[in-house]
Amino acid sequence: MTMQIADIVSLSRSDVKARAHAAAARDSLRTEPKAVRIAIITLAVLFLSVFVVLPLAVVFAQAFSRGILAYLAALSEPEALSAIRLTLLVAAISVGLNLVFGLVAAWAIAKFDFKGKTALITLIDLPFSVSPVISGLVFVLLFGAQGYFGGWLREHNIQILFAVPGIALATTFVTFPFVARALIPLMHEQGTQEEEAAISLGASGMQTFFRVTLPNIKWGVLYGVLLCNARAMGEFGAVSVVSGHIRGETNTMPLLVEILYNEYQFVAAFAIASLLAMLALITLIAKTVLERHLDEGHDARDH
Amino acid sequence: MTPVTIEVRNLVKKFGTFAALDGVDLKVDNGELLALLGPSGSGKTTLLRIIAGLDWPDAGEVSFNGEDALAQGARERHVGFVFQHYALFRHMTVFENVAFGLRVQPRAVRKDEATIRARVRELLDLVQLDWLADRYPSQLSGGQRQRIALARALAIEPRILLLDEPFGALDAKVRKELRMWLRSLHHEINVTSIFVTHDQEEALEVANRVVVMDKGKIEQIGSPDDVYENPATAFVHGFIGESIVLPVEVANGAVRLGDRPLNLVAQGAASGASRLFVRRHDMLVGPAGSGAFEGAVQHVRNFGPVQRAEVALFGGETIEIDAPRDKELRAGDTIGLEPRRYRIFAGA
Repeated sequence: MTMQIADIVSLSRSDVKARAHAAAARDSLRTEPKAVRIAIITLAVLFLSVFVVLPLAVVFAQAFSRGILAYLAALSEPEALSAIRLTLLVAAISVGLNLVFGLVAAWAIAKFDFKGKTALITLIDLPFSVSPVISGLVFVLLFGAQGYFGGWLREHNIQILFAVPGIALATTFVTFPFVARALIPLMHEQGTQEEEAAISLGASGMQTFFRVTLPNIKWGVLYGVLLCNARAMGEFGAVSVVSGHIRGETNTMPLLVEILYNEYQFVAAFAIASLLAMLALITLIAKTVLERHLDEGHDARDH
Repeated sequence: MTPVTIEVRNLVKKFGTFAALDGVDLKVDNGELLALLGPSGSGKTTLLRIIAGLDWPDAGEVSFNGEDALAQGARERHVGFVFQHYALFRHMTVFENVAFGLRVQPRAVRKDEATIRARVRELLDLVQLDWLADRYPSQLSGGQRQRIALARALAIEPRILLLDEPFGALDAKVRKELRMWLRSLHHEINVTSIFVTHDQEEALEVANRVVVMDKGKIEQIGSPDDVYENPATAFVHGFIGESIVLPVEVANGAVRLGDRPLNLVAQGAASGASRLFVRRHDMLVGPAGSGAFEGAVQHVRNFGPVQRAEVALFGGETIEIDAPRDKELRAGDTIGLEPRRYRIFAGA
């Protein structure tokens, strides 16, 4: 009898062991060995620290290297203020234009079928695939003194290059795809049924757009505007070509950073850069929040 | 409510080379509940959307009470449309969904807020969902969504109610309940209504009249009894109710299955390869040697009130028949079969 119990106990013990063994075996099927996992994670964290966190920290460290007063003084220089004003103005113009263009383009592409639709989608992506410097040069070729419209513009005394219109145009061109790109898949997925329902209920085209279409895509619109704005404020290449670098007049923040840096004014350069870095951080946080809303919108889909 | 009759004449609609509607004529009487029944791709939804003004035909006419409807956009037609996937406005509450049609009316005819609220309450009562007024569509079940969609469509006091596969996205039990409910609701509001379905049971159960469509053409129009009992074409016979289909040979009025002559009338089918349609329960079982067919029972399954037997006919082909439970049938028996009713249509 006692023998039997001992047998059972030992049996169940080996049973437990076997089970633990099996579980471990299953785990090893599902995931990598611990050493590999640690190595990969360490590598990723190290990379992120060196290439993302460290530069960000350096920007702020340099900006504040002579104390907060020097930082504030650098930011309140007339040149700095002018650059901030110009950047905000250009961003407002190009985001505004791209909001309208993007909405219209996405609406046409997602809700209607027409010939040349694929070509239009490809064209919208063009600014992403062209180097910003080339984008800027295109405007020089069009509006420069030797450009196609140069003579006419000079006759009528209109200044586009080396002035706000040129900078705004170049920025608008470079940031064109953001709003449209954010909206096309969203609107495509939502289809046209709600609009059809609205119209059959007697709504006009405008009522349908403002009461049905727009509320359904508002988070997508904000998402597109956010990314568009971040890029508009940070754009360097295209703006550099058309701006002419006139101090206190046509320097945007990124351009000013480069100029100040080249003149060894590190505190001033990094002070402006820190503003751009903060913009980036705010954009990231806002982006995360918006993405959550967008996901909710997807989940609430009627199906 | 003003009575409305719908008339559709010679409607043609092509998508590329595919003819979704290929010359459709239809008249819908006032207060009717009409079903458009057909397999997918038969053009039934296209027809409905053209009547609603959500699509435009390449040729043909649509009129409401003799007035040209094609001269009006969907907005002016005053047609209530219920979508298969509900198409509720996802960012609005149930209440606002139903109120939408009232709120977008031109200022001159728009009701005041109190009247709108009262009307919405009334409609939510009608669909028995007044307790859901403050919810969002994503918080409702499929059946509830569809009832709200219906309330929303009724809010504008439509002249015509069009429903596109209204129960298509719902599970079987909810579907059955909503069918009964739709029929009684239609009885109550009595608006000329057309609904599209690919489910024959739904069409036969709910509608006063059924229009069977296939490949952009109308195959038959009739009462539910009519299309079931007297199918006009081979397609209708095959599509509505389950049928036994046998390839037969007609020669000068005589009918053969394989090399076996059948004691049946060709019903005017032209000589050549033809198809014989019989409902399963219309095959009467008799002793061997009796009836037009003879065959060996392969096996028998009990199936609720009937027993279903697989019979290998002499002359080729194996068929399934339904016989009453009290009929003694065993695998291996040789039996005679007499079709109580059948149709023969020319063409293989």
